[in-house]
Amino acid sequence: MPPPVENLVEVRDVDFSYDVRPVLKGINMAVPRGKVVSIMGLSGCGKTTLLRLIGGSIKPSKGEVRVAGRVVHELDQDELYAMRRRMGMLFQFGALFTDMSALDNVAFQIREHTELPESMVRDLALMKLHAVGLRGAAHLMPAELSGGMARRVALARTIALDPMLIMYDEPFTGLDPIAMGVIGDLIKKLNDVLGATSIIVTHDVQESLKIVDYVYFMSDGVVVTQGTSADIRGSQAPFVHQFVWGEIDGPMPFHYPGTATGADFGVGAGHA
Amino acid sequence: MLERIAAALRRLGRQFINAIWRLGYASRFFLLVLLRSGTSFRRFRLVVKEIYFAGVLSLIIISVSGLFVGMVLALQGYETLQKYGSAEAVGTLVALSLTRELGPVVSALLFASRAGSAMTAEIGLMKATEQISAMEMMAVDPIARVIGPRFWGGLISMPLLAAMFSAVGVFGGYLIAVVLIGVDEGAFWSQMQNAVDFRYDIVNGVIKSVVFGVAVTAIALFEGYDAPPTAEGVSHATTRTVVTSSLAILGLDFVLTAFMFRGA
Amino acid sequence: MDRTMVDLWVGIFVAIGIAALMVLALKVGNASTTFNVGETYHVSGDFDNIGGLKVRAPVKSAGVVVGRVDQITFDNERFRARVVMNIDKRYQFPKDTSASILTSGLLGEQYIGLEAGGDSENIKAGGSLKLTQSAVVLEKLIGQFLYNKAAEGDSKK
Repeated sequence: MPPPVENLVEVRDVDFSYDVRPVLKGINMAVPRGKVVSIMGLSGCGKTTLLRLIGGSIKPSKGEVRVAGRVVHELDQDELYAMRRRMGMLFQFGALFTDMSALDNVAFQIREHTELPESMVRDLALMKLHAVGLRGAAHLMPAELSGGMARRVALARTIALDPMLIMYDEPFTGLDPIAMGVIGDLIKKLNDVLGATSIIVTHDVQESLKIVDYVYFMSDGVVVTQGTSADIRGSQAPFVHQFVWGEIDGPMPFHYPGTATGADFGVGAGHA
Repeated sequence: MLERIAAALRRLGRQFINAIWRLGYASRFFLLVLLRSGTSFRRFRLVVKEIYFAGVLSLIIISVSGLFVGMVLALQGYETLQKYGSAEAVGTLVALSLTRELGPVVSALLFASRAGSAMTAEIGLMKATEQISAMEMMAVDPIARVIGPRFWGGLISMPLLAAMFSAVGVFGGYLIAVVLIGVDEGAFWSQMQNAVDFRYDIVNGVIKSVVFGVAVTAIALFEGYDAPPTAEGVSHATTRTVVTSSLAILGLDFVLTAFMFRGA
Repeated sequence: MDRTMVDLWVGIFVAIGIAALMVLALKVGNASTTFNVGETYHVSGDFDNIGGLKVRAPVKSAGVVVGRVDQITFDNERFRARVVMNIDKRYQFPKDTSASILTSGLLGEQYIGLEAGGDSENIKAGGSLKLTQSAVVLEKLIGQFLYNKAAEGDSKK
């Protein structure tokens, strides 16, 4: 179990299913304050669902998610929104508002939630952009930014109100190795500078193992392994080994389950 | 055989239940939009921006269509009316057709395909690219911030566009009847003014266009908000917006006309 | 996109829209001469037959529009049509004014013509006109004409 520090996020016995398809089965997790925690697993194993549970967009079928000691699904709309102001979430492809410039994107939350004068809003947003190294790109529209730059602008927007909890949904997807390194580095630095807590949902093992303090490994809706980066690297569990080292075959089969090969190709029916 | 019929019935039932479920969802959505409209009025600048997209950018298509519709009405009307020796009544014909029916209906149809489809596509894409979810996670209510201003912007634009359509149409009728054919100008205007009543024809026409504005924007916004977040989902939703709102306009027009212009 | 430009365009748009509404109201419609806006008073009259008279048909005196027909009902006791007119406050008529249902042109719309009498006292609001003349019903007229012709032919024999 994780070390006995105060936990900002606690997930207890959570079940969740879309319609009848179970996605999460009895998940237990704890994210200590000030740490960078990663949730790893294959695509579609319920990682993003977990983030949405923490953010309060969906309710668990069973169990509870606590953020800063409060049960998320029991909050009413106002309380939930008050809590979300202290959370930041970086979406998979940035989810920048395409009709606003980079500066306006970063300033969006400040404008919506504070009554600050326009000049101060601008300065604050520029500072956040400066933190991700894109102050010079403030006037560009999202369509004019490269993938890595867009992700950094989105990161600046996520931290616009200095959140206590930052969630990253696949922050490395679709980036070149340099941009990946930059984002990884920024995540770690921002977490320490802001004194925040970070949760990274990812399937990019190598990049995230460099920056995280603790890893939860998920497969098929359950936590299969957990531990520090070193634990995971050295893990001998066959599934983790396959995942970390990107092996093609292993406990996670290459073939999607289907009918017997022989039946599909019309040969050797009956004894395939 | 029995199996097949049962399956067909089941499918029909499921579709029916789905339709009812969607209707309920749409009504709840519409109510939410109204309830959370406070933001739209506290920050009217957001609405102004949407009036620009829905109204100003539709100006050209509305005025050009209005001009042509008015000119065609005058040509056709003149053809028929001159047989009865009352060519001056062409002004009445053009003005009444435009203010009562064609102005509100045709401009609403154009509005649905020009602005309504754009609204659906925009909101559908915002959803597909997670902009809506991002907004929710930033503790900003997308219904108040994104949907509300668009609703009010469309609602304000629609009657103005319909009025422009009718006015330009009457001018088109004037061009054809008076300038081109040579109907007496005085008779053209005076007959028109005698026949067109402010309260009865013009105000009713404006009421119609307001109702159409509500219908088109509500449908467009709902379809966008409800669209599956995929390229295919957004394109289907856009098509559905144009089809559903066109049918809604024509259906509502019938109901409103029956209420407004019976007897007398 | 420049915000002030958007404001300017929206301003232009709204101005054009309101101008279009004004044009419709004043130039196309009859808001400039309508009596709905001014102060009016009610006068009623009973007719044997109103022909094709419609609600909102004009009420004219000496060819000038002075009011509009407000409502038409059927009096089930005397079996006549009761027509209530809205007359502009500016125009007052003597008590013995007569009302007749006339047609503008051969097939035009029907309206009520008021012909002022000589009484020194004016009619009060809500009062009724005693002297009325019904609409000319074309079918009756033609029937009468044919009948007369036939009678003429008979007498010539």
